[in-house]
Amino acid sequence: MASPVIAAPPVRQTQSFARRLISGDEIAFAVTWTFASTILLVTVMLVWQLYVKSAPARDKFGFGFFTSSVWDPTGEKFGSLPFIYGTLLTSFLALLISVPLGVGAAIFLAEMAPRRLSNVASFLVELLAAVPSVIYGLLAIFTLIPLLRNYGEPFLKATLGFLPFFQGPMYGVGYLAAGIILAVMTFPFIISLSREALMDVPNDQREAALALGATKWESTWQAVVPFARLGIIGSVFLGLARALGETMAVTMVIGNTPSVSASLFAPGTTIAASIANEFAEASGDVYLGSLIYLALVLFLLTIIINGMARILIIATTKKGSALT
Amino acid sequence: MYTLRTRLFKAALFAVAAGSAAHAAETITAAGATFPFPIYSKWFQQYKEKTGIQINYQSIGSGGGIKQLTEGTVDFGASDKPMSDEQISKVKIKPMHFPTVMGAVVPVYNVEGVAKDLNFTGEALAGIFMGTVKNWNDPVLKNANKGVKLPDQPIVVIVRSDASGTSFVFTDYLSKVSPEWKSKLGADSTVNWPTGLRGKGNEGVSGLVKQTPYSIGYVELLYAKQQKMGYGSVKNASGKFIRADLASVTAAAAGAANAMPADYRVSITNAPGAAAYPISTFTWLLIPSKIDDPAKKKAITEFLSWMLTTGQASTAALDYAPLPKAVVAVETKSITMIK
Repeated sequence: MASPVIAAPPVRQTQSFARRLISGDEIAFAVTWTFASTILLVTVMLVWQLYVKSAPARDKFGFGFFTSSVWDPTGEKFGSLPFIYGTLLTSFLALLISVPLGVGAAIFLAEMAPRRLSNVASFLVELLAAVPSVIYGLLAIFTLIPLLRNYGEPFLKATLGFLPFFQGPMYGVGYLAAGIILAVMTFPFIISLSREALMDVPNDQREAALALGATKWESTWQAVVPFARLGIIGSVFLGLARALGETMAVTMVIGNTPSVSASLFAPGTTIAASIANEFAEASGDVYLGSLIYLALVLFLLTIIINGMARILIIATTKKGSALT
Repeated sequence: MYTLRTRLFKAALFAVAAGSAAHAAETITAAGATFPFPIYSKWFQQYKEKTGIQINYQSIGSGGGIKQLTEGTVDFGASDKPMSDEQISKVKIKPMHFPTVMGAVVPVYNVEGVAKDLNFTGEALAGIFMGTVKNWNDPVLKNANKGVKLPDQPIVVIVRSDASGTSFVFTDYLSKVSPEWKSKLGADSTVNWPTGLRGKGNEGVSGLVKQTPYSIGYVELLYAKQQKMGYGSVKNASGKFIRADLASVTAAAAGAANAMPADYRVSITNAPGAAAYPISTFTWLLIPSKIDDPAKKKAITEFLSWMLTTGQASTAALDYAPLPKAVVAVETKSITMIK
């Protein structure tokens, strides 16, 4: 980008004083700076409000809030362990399912599929991302849950029942159902962002590998995928952020019981789901404060993850820096 | 220059305030319980057609209604659960409770092969929802349902995940019939449920019950009727198994009407009376005892009078049980106490 030095056009003396004082650049800077700082300000105010409003719960429970699993609104005793556990477990399950499937699909669409099929499929995948989560929840209630209860969970229990993850009564609703529905909801993010990262890989990469005698698959797996790996990781993190914060679909299928259980068949709950469930009717400063405290925890979790994703995506856009 | 600006600003403020006061005379805001929302919206609609006064009601839940009333952001509130003394003490102008209609909570279940409506004693319901009665063929269920073949299957309990007036009424009833429930869990809009799956709202609970074999949950009578769900009968204080309907719910209020406290904060669960359905409740409007704006005061008191007369006539069409005559009579007198 070495550009030749261009001499500035001579400033015309007839321009008015005001015009010379404020150039277009300065106005643009001021306007865009205002927009950008507004968004930052909103974020800061959100965190500040959550921090202030959660004071009754922070003062009363301190660090014990993170280790207790009692959630007793009548007795005003609150602990967040089941919520944090449920949030992390369902998100982890979702990624466990959606990462191999999503990345695999993205590799196929970007590298293997005919151009036309790839475009049509990507369009459909992006449509999936636009489906409201309540629709996913309904679909899960009417199709996924009966399937899980009648076939999926009995099968897992019969084959892998010796593991603590596949024991206990089978209701259909629970961590497993929530993990699966979250996987379906994170697919579109992982597929479409990974596909774009793969398609951004310069053709030199593929040609060089093929020229060295690699097969199509070897070139894809050893030359193209590593080049795009940061973009792929970024897509996974964005999917994870969605899974962590997803509310409606999860609350419809997870059973909403604040308990910690190793079994994936057991009903559980997540931070977002319980806030949606309980906030409207929460009475008392400590109860309300505890829910807001939960919101603060979730907010910090998602901020960290979103920040990591941003950094990774910025890193991938610097061409050539991905191969080290 | 400075003073002129300040004056102009003050004048503008005054104009805005005057404008909003004039406007407020025709628009009254209220917020609260979701359960009576269908009948309230019908009432407010009819009342607007009659008088031109618009009452904007947000059905955000009883807790939300009390919160907004306390913060003074609405003209009046509505709740399925009477306010506690502590809650009342936090409101600047002491609110008065006005019962409007009645509702009931019914047990709904999904037990294959049982065609007949089941009978539940208070002991059985408390045991099931506490997790001590675990199986459908438990003696406590068998004895109440002679001649019904109950399956040897574990009971799947389903409760509300959100705080709600429905849960309050249900746990209030269980607290009255089971000392163990009262000491361990108590009555509240959400309790520390020891067992079960949880669904959000009546639709969440009924959805889970329909989906899960051998499950039991509880929903509002109105909702069960709209969804044409079967529901069980519950043993009342006189020892009779009563099925919830408009007559048996009104009978529960009639039983309690004789002992009605002056502020109407009364629970009518497990009410006396041979025909009374035991899991019944009033739902209340929470009206400030002093309304400064004369136009608003007139509008609200006139609405209350209208609601107790003409309004009561349209309740049955929407499946709400109307207030007993005795309650209407005392309430009409209370309206004059609004200052």
